[in-house]
Amino acid sequence: MNSLSLSNLYKTFNQTVALNGVSLEVGSGETLAVLGPSGCGKSTLLNIIAGLEQPDAGKVLWEGKSLAKTPPHRRGFGLMFQDYALFPHRNVFENVAFGLQMQRVPSLVTQERVNEMLALVNLTGFEKRDVNTLSGGEAQRVALARSLAPQPRLLMLDEPLGALDRDLRDRLAAELRIILKKIHQTALYVTHDQEEAFTLADRVIIMNAGRVEQTGTPQEIYSKPGSLFVARFLGLNNLLTGTARPTDHGTSIQTAIGTFSLPSTHFGEVTLLIRPERARLDGSGALFLSGILRERSFRGPVCRVGIDINQVRLSFDFNPNAPIPAEGSLIDISLNPEEAIQVIETAERGGSGSDE
Amino acid sequence: MGRSQNGILSHILEAVTSTYLLKILWFTIWQAVLSTFFTLLIGLPGAFLFARYQFPGKALLQALSSVPFVMPTLVVATAFDALLGPRGWINLILMSSLKLTAPPIEFTHTIGAILVAHVFYNTTIVLRLVGDFWSHLDPRLGQAAQTLGANRRQALRFITLPLLMPAVLSAALLVFIFDFTSFGVILVLGGPRFATLEVEIYYQTVSLFNLPLAAILSLVQLGCTLALTVTYTRLVEHVSRPLSLRPRSFNQHKLRTWRERLSALIIVSVLVSLLVTPLLALSMRSFTRLDPERGELQTIHPGLTLDFYKELSINRRQSLFFAPPSTAIAISLGYAMATVILSLLLGLPAALAQTRSTNSPVSRVLDPLFMLPLGSSAVTLGLGFILAFDAPPLNLRASPWLIPLAHTLVALPFVIRSLAPSFRSIKPRLRQAAQTLGANPFQVFLKIDLPLVARAVIVAGTFAFTISLGEFGATVLIARPEYPTIPVAIYRLIGQPGAMNYGQALALSTILMVVCAAGMLAIERMRIANIGEF
Repeated sequence: MNSLSLSNLYKTFNQTVALNGVSLEVGSGETLAVLGPSGCGKSTLLNIIAGLEQPDAGKVLWEGKSLAKTPPHRRGFGLMFQDYALFPHRNVFENVAFGLQMQRVPSLVTQERVNEMLALVNLTGFEKRDVNTLSGGEAQRVALARSLAPQPRLLMLDEPLGALDRDLRDRLAAELRIILKKIHQTALYVTHDQEEAFTLADRVIIMNAGRVEQTGTPQEIYSKPGSLFVARFLGLNNLLTGTARPTDHGTSIQTAIGTFSLPSTHFGEVTLLIRPERARLDGSGALFLSGILRERSFRGPVCRVGIDINQVRLSFDFNPNAPIPAEGSLIDISLNPEEAIQVIETAERGGSGSDE
Repeated sequence: MGRSQNGILSHILEAVTSTYLLKILWFTIWQAVLSTFFTLLIGLPGAFLFARYQFPGKALLQALSSVPFVMPTLVVATAFDALLGPRGWINLILMSSLKLTAPPIEFTHTIGAILVAHVFYNTTIVLRLVGDFWSHLDPRLGQAAQTLGANRRQALRFITLPLLMPAVLSAALLVFIFDFTSFGVILVLGGPRFATLEVEIYYQTVSLFNLPLAAILSLVQLGCTLALTVTYTRLVEHVSRPLSLRPRSFNQHKLRTWRERLSALIIVSVLVSLLVTPLLALSMRSFTRLDPERGELQTIHPGLTLDFYKELSINRRQSLFFAPPSTAIAISLGYAMATVILSLLLGLPAALAQTRSTNSPVSRVLDPLFMLPLGSSAVTLGLGFILAFDAPPLNLRASPWLIPLAHTLVALPFVIRSLAPSFRSIKPRLRQAAQTLGANPFQVFLKIDLPLVARAVIVAGTFAFTISLGEFGATVLIARPEYPTIPVAIYRLIGQPGAMNYGQALALSTILMVVCAAGMLAIERMRIANIGEF
């Protein structure tokens, strides 16, 4: 059974459309990440779910019941803010205990629960610390402990790692997943960082300009982006425009680097997404391409090369130990179209779609 | 009936067509503008010093700086006379040291005297309102500007001052309205050459019995105050930003460099010479007997004396309404406490309603409404009280709550002004965070808003306390004669002839000063756990 469902939410601020018909569902114990560029309506979505803002149209349901008449403090939803919003006049303990005190939990139980929460986020011994003296990572954990302490039915996290450096972010994202799973917490996680979303979430929703672009598990979304926007947003930039025409045995797609015969449900203007990691140097693929190697850069596990094929620059990743020719020389590669090339409809649904 | 209406009409026509009204209005405005300017000029550096630094004697200086605010005008005029008048300390010292035959400084009955007295009265408003807000402003914002290449002056101009704007505007509005409706200072220190609207209203009412013209002038004055407040409400919407305020202890430090010490010394000297020396001169006079008065039979020894104080407790004229100083002090303190409680009970929800919904009609109507008592004269207010509460259903005339109620009405604009900037600067996120943690609106107010504005609540309480202690115009009309407050008792003494009564008035004024300063220090010390720190 779904815990949270949103159906057709609309919200407009001064002629700016923040939400343009958003529907989604979160299952019990599930972590759903809402992923999208800044300004795509993610924060508005959280505010509406929390009850801090009212939608212009649409419904917020919890276990099938509408929350329209439930004020924020009765929803039992935790919200962890991007800037943490720690109460500056309360110390760490008092911040974490706040939600419990609101529920009039006896002070001994509160004490115990706060200690448990601080232990969960590795901050035992920080009870008396002034929140104004905490480092970014510590403040983030206090905020998490504070939102978890009252045992919310749903925990919403608004870019909780946004203010932290990469290293800390990676570590905390992994920790956060462990914590959320350990307590079987239903959670909605909002971020613009795909790595964070993929690390944390069971399922990901990609939003753009107030709409849902695609929903799926991280693997599904990464392996099969549903739109040009999603492909670009995930950093998949080997994109090639083409024209698809039906033929007797399938579809033929004409592009600047040649004509390919590929299965496609779309016709007319399409975009081909070519997976950089699927190219081969040993000639074992079915489709052969040759071009001039223009640049190569070492990226740790892979070596990325830029190849000009008919003046179109495409990037591919190879094993760094593979025999890669020098810059400026000819290079032949091969691909298996069914695993390396995906046809995406070019027309974008969201209107102003790109994140560039 | 018809005749009187004709009369009113002709008065209105007369008032509007003649340049008489324009002249008075013009003087009222420019003296208020100048006074406000100088008050800010003196008050802002002082606010900065109080906000950012800790130094020995700071609490005492702060307490002393709010004493002028409660002093009755007559006493202040006397204080300045005792300091700068033809026979004042400074002229006496200059004459004897420079061997002059005439007093070198002409002070009384000049525009200078009016300006100095206004600055003397109102600097504490700037010190309290701006100083408190400033003390919570994160100094890192200014430091960030400095790392971006701004010098100290640029950081102040482009970062700190814009952020302080709501508090500065609040203070400037109150100071301006006080100067605009100034009465006693103009009458006593300005002399007959100067008249503000309020003074003219008094003349027309008391001396000439031209009530219709007085009413028109009152309306003009009220209209100006209202227009000003409405403008302010609009303006403050544009300049208010939510800030993350920080506890004062993070923002204050000791004077470290010589440059800091020197600036502090200059600011403190200016404040002391302007705000404290007249008070000192006054209290010195209350312990000093000069020449024997003509016709006095007793032999009198000029010099230091406690006679005036001793005399206060003696009921020589067997007056029914005599009250010893201890009674007057007790009555004044009781009213002041009641005013603090009442005005906070009313002011907190009002300030909150205003700041939570800046764009709502509530705020646009409430704010000017609460400013009305300031814009109307105290005498009018007192009369209004008598008329409104003398008949059922509000038969409060004999109630001990009547005076605190009147004082609350006068104090409310200050209370709201002290609270609103702090309420406005609470990040909405904090309230939302509390809501999502299960706090209902009342709990949000109790646990988030209130502790975060606790400092401002203390400032607001201080204002209510001082206003109640010093309020005279309305009190004298509605106080029951057997229960006089200290200012009413001072007024009675000044109204009687003779050096002894005058000396007693000075002695009682000194007592009022001490009570006020002590009350101020006590409120300053009030700390509820670490909440007061904020």
